[in-house]
Amino acid sequence: MDLNTITAVAHPQTRSQLPVWTSGDAWLAGGTWLFSEPQAHLTRLIDLADLNWPPLAITETHLTIAATCSIAQLDALTCPADWLAAPLIGQCCRAFLASFKIWKTATVGGNLCMSLPAGPMISLTAALDGVCTIWKAEGGEHTIPVADFVTGDQRNRLTPGDLLRQIDIPIAALKRRSAFRQISLAPVGRSGALVIGSVEANGTLILTVTASTVRPVRLSFPTPPDATALAEAISQQIPDDVYHTDLHGKPLWRKHMTLRLAEEIRGELLGASPS
Amino acid sequence: MTLEINGRQFPQAPRAGQCLRTFLRELGHFGVKKGCDAGDCGACTVLLDGEPVHSCLIPAFRAEGRAVTTIEGLGGEHGAHPMQQAFLDAQGFQCGFCTAGMIITCASLNQAQRTDLGTALKGNICRCTGYRAIEDAVLGLTNVEDGIEPGTAFGRSLPAPAGPDVVRGKARYTLDTEVEGLLHIKLLRSPHAHARIVAIDASQAMRVPGVRAVLTHQDAPPVLFSTARHEKDWMDPEDTRILDDVVRFIGQKVAAVVAESEAAAEEACRRLKVSYDILPALIDPEQAMAPGAPVIHPDRTLSNRVADSRRNLVAETHGEFGDVAAALATSAVTYEGNFHSHRVQHAALETHGGLAWLDEAGVLNVRSSTQVPFLTRRALSDIFGLPMDKVRVFCERVGGGFGGKQEMFVEDILALAALRTGRPVKLELTREEQFIATSTRHPMRVHIKAGADADGKLTALQLDVLSNTGAYGNHAGPVMFHAVSESISVYNCPNKRVDGYAVYTNTVPSGAFRGYGLPQTLIAVEAAIDELARQLGISPYEMRRRNIVKPGDPMLSPPPSDYHDVLYGSYGLDQCLDLVERAMQADGPQPDLSPEWLIGDGIALTMIDTVPPAGHFADATISLNDDGGFDLTVGTAEFGNGTSTVHRQIAATTLATTVDRIRLRQSDTAHGGHDTGAYGSAGTFVAGKATHEAAMLLANELKAAAAGAWLCDAESCLLEGEAVVSGVRRMSFAELARLARERGQPLAAHGNSGGTPRSVGFNVHGFRVAVNKGTGELRILRSVQAADAGVVANPMQCRGQVEGGVAQALGAALYEEMVIDAGGRVTNPKFRDYHLPSFADVPRTDVYFAATSDTIGPLGAKSMSESPYNPVAAALGNAIADATGIRFTAPPFKPDRLFPALHDKFGQPDVSGD
Repeated sequence: MDLNTITAVAHPQTRSQLPVWTSGDAWLAGGTWLFSEPQAHLTRLIDLADLNWPPLAITETHLTIAATCSIAQLDALTCPADWLAAPLIGQCCRAFLASFKIWKTATVGGNLCMSLPAGPMISLTAALDGVCTIWKAEGGEHTIPVADFVTGDQRNRLTPGDLLRQIDIPIAALKRRSAFRQISLAPVGRSGALVIGSVEANGTLILTVTASTVRPVRLSFPTPPDATALAEAISQQIPDDVYHTDLHGKPLWRKHMTLRLAEEIRGELLGASPS
Repeated sequence: MTLEINGRQFPQAPRAGQCLRTFLRELGHFGVKKGCDAGDCGACTVLLDGEPVHSCLIPAFRAEGRAVTTIEGLGGEHGAHPMQQAFLDAQGFQCGFCTAGMIITCASLNQAQRTDLGTALKGNICRCTGYRAIEDAVLGLTNVEDGIEPGTAFGRSLPAPAGPDVVRGKARYTLDTEVEGLLHIKLLRSPHAHARIVAIDASQAMRVPGVRAVLTHQDAPPVLFSTARHEKDWMDPEDTRILDDVVRFIGQKVAAVVAESEAAAEEACRRLKVSYDILPALIDPEQAMAPGAPVIHPDRTLSNRVADSRRNLVAETHGEFGDVAAALATSAVTYEGNFHSHRVQHAALETHGGLAWLDEAGVLNVRSSTQVPFLTRRALSDIFGLPMDKVRVFCERVGGGFGGKQEMFVEDILALAALRTGRPVKLELTREEQFIATSTRHPMRVHIKAGADADGKLTALQLDVLSNTGAYGNHAGPVMFHAVSESISVYNCPNKRVDGYAVYTNTVPSGAFRGYGLPQTLIAVEAAIDELARQLGISPYEMRRRNIVKPGDPMLSPPPSDYHDVLYGSYGLDQCLDLVERAMQADGPQPDLSPEWLIGDGIALTMIDTVPPAGHFADATISLNDDGGFDLTVGTAEFGNGTSTVHRQIAATTLATTVDRIRLRQSDTAHGGHDTGAYGSAGTFVAGKATHEAAMLLANELKAAAAGAWLCDAESCLLEGEAVVSGVRRMSFAELARLARERGQPLAAHGNSGGTPRSVGFNVHGFRVAVNKGTGELRILRSVQAADAGVVANPMQCRGQVEGGVAQALGAALYEEMVIDAGGRVTNPKFRDYHLPSFADVPRTDVYFAATSDTIGPLGAKSMSESPYNPVAAALGNAIADATGIRFTAPPFKPDRLFPALHDKFGQPDVSGD
């Protein structure tokens, strides 16, 4: 929709050209959320497009996803054969409530910064040990794991003027065996619970719970849990008040779906084991 | 900045925060629609450098140097894109408002995406079709018939006349026009559920450059009216002003700013200073009649048609035939249950809006998105004290209605602004305003008691209904009366009792919505029939057969009705039950489901009067043109209901010609005559009857004129294609027109229908569902509806009405839910939090028609637009009960709502794959 209070758009090309952050400023990445709601408090957009960050870069140790990388660009990434966790990329892209048309515009960084419980890029990058690099408003950089970056429903560690620059995913995480489960109230609706599991080289099972909880919750099992141990761990580490409630799922249902999906993942990744 | 649109360069620059959607429209590309303006519905889809995007989310400046293709440019210079042709061939649209975005999206899908349309089309909402016709278009199927012989159009699947314009983005909807010197209206809305406005300081607002007027309650005429539009004003209470000094729900309009731009009007709204005296608010309808409850309309009396304002009671009804209590005490089986229907919205993709201006002759012109132009003109004439001939109301093609536009929500303020400023004015509601400030279905609590004897004969039916009309009483009474009428009058039962209350609360008003109260009570009545049958071990079909009315049976619902004009013009309920039973029992593919899925069947039936009571009028005129074609003028509006197609079919059939010779003009008070409006499923049954009468009279005139020229008996004359013939003599319609003109006696005729007597239509729906006891998920394995529409005027369109009604009802039964918090605020006024059925959510419904011919309706036809909605939630509830053994009494039947009871009953299943 038209944002009629916007009077200026800045187009910085380098970090040094970023304007001094003032009240009424907003970063413009894809703009798919910004332009979807009234923003009467905003007067200036700072367009990140001309910074021309390479959307995706692969080094020996990391996959680097620029905050401005679109969902479609990430989805189109051709992954090496030994990235066993690569299917998670497509699975998480498809977990968007929005359609493929929005993927062309929406960005990975935008999804993280929105910090909705059902943000599927949060699910993906949190599950794969992603680390955010933040350009601090006062200068300098700060890094923080994605799982810690999002602190609640539409809440995160950014302070005004901070800019999410990129997310780095360790290649080692991309080489883990993984499993993905998601459920929503409607066949292609917003995720009510999204659970990702993966197994580290040393056999540790990592479970990342998103969508059902207000923030990502990671559980680590150095020894394979049985069904009871898994359920107990979830119940202990995810108190009832961490389950999200809104039109897309009541907390009781989200909790039970989390337990259910986690158990399915345990079955898939660890094989049957007596409970 | 330059950008290329459909191959043409445009040098204009957008505003800093402008989105591409409005920029494209400002440059004249009206095919780009606004459904939500928030990226959720896809109506604004365009191609940006060949890739489909939602133009409402694209900052316009980002289109610089890029190529945009809108629906107008999709087909190139000439002709249509194959996907546009496919949507024509399949008639993959009804109102057509989503069609531009749908076609652009479908045209850009690759082969893989076409095999998974549920995923590919999750960003495109169609509120009308139920998606089957859209799938047909993508698959390249043809549903329209052509090559129809003269005089045989009625009963054939002829295409909608507007189709070519709809698929090319050329069909003009309410706001698809440029107006010189246009002013824009924005509304300041109440943040309080109940408050008295103490003062409004507009001084800061008036200083915003471009602001031309600020309108408040001090500018509004003191006239009380109802936003509901009915032929008879006495059906609704007088409780509303254009702008009031008391606000009664969060979202009610407080003031209007009229300015040179929407931006200026918005800014001025933010600078209005309003002081409120906050009053206690009443949110819970159960508390409305309790002593000490806040009184919402204390000054309204019976003379305002408010039953008891001290108890917040707009309307009530009470009556009993026989002795229900005594019958229940001695019945072999009884059932008692309490059912809650929630608040849902029409969500027509075109929001309410309109334009108003004064023309040179001093006539106030209003072009709006309405189902009722004639009744709106009458209201404006009353409110502003203007003679009827000084007000003109009309609509272009309307982007969906579903009853939501049987109201006057914008025309009043448009008229006030145009009269005050003397300038043309525009008001377009946002999607959020649709949710918080127009109307919804009436939430109802229905308590039912029912009994039957050992043979399955009903002994008693009792309904106790509490209907929540919200802050205003538009449609409060009629919806309640309708809710307790056909829902039980379809059953023979010696003892019936009804108590109904419609109460005010400080929440967004309820209003007319497809089905008009019946879906809410049917959930209870049809559940009770099933529960009695289950106790007796009788099949749901058989239970209904033993109790439904048959021709000759009185159709009774207490108290005794003042109307005795409902007749069995035809009867097909027995056939509908048979058709559904056969279809449900037919072999089909066995679903591959784990034991976690519980499977069950459910049915429900509905009866509906084919016309609302107390008169529903329509005029039609038809005249012969010099070219031998005909001008047909009707008052009824087209909003996807398909009546434009049907009127031409009726006229062409009666005049023994082809539909291409019938030019239709419609829905404009300037055309003269009267039309109550396109509501109550009256577009075919009432207005079609007027068209039929006019065409019959003209047919006789044509024969008489030819007979006069030939000096023969008119009885010997026949109409044939494009000529009158008598024996070997033949005179073309064009010659006849010439002759008539020379004689100074143009050939024309007028038809009229008063909507009485009325007939009854029927629908039966059947579902087979699977419910996952571990997750609460529900899958529809089979969906069948049989409809008794009399002689089906247009099978393709009528099937579309049934499918669309089923889809809309499934949305309400499974997903949609307006949530109002304890303070009265709508918490989810956007599509991404109000889940409308998308392609993936709607199963295919097999549609069957009963073979009947109505003695009252035009050419044997009956209504079929509301009633397909009515039995859906009831049938679904019955199927879920059959599958799970649990009676769920409050839709929507979402997984998270089904889960707790399923979990209690079945526990936690093992899912590890062990």
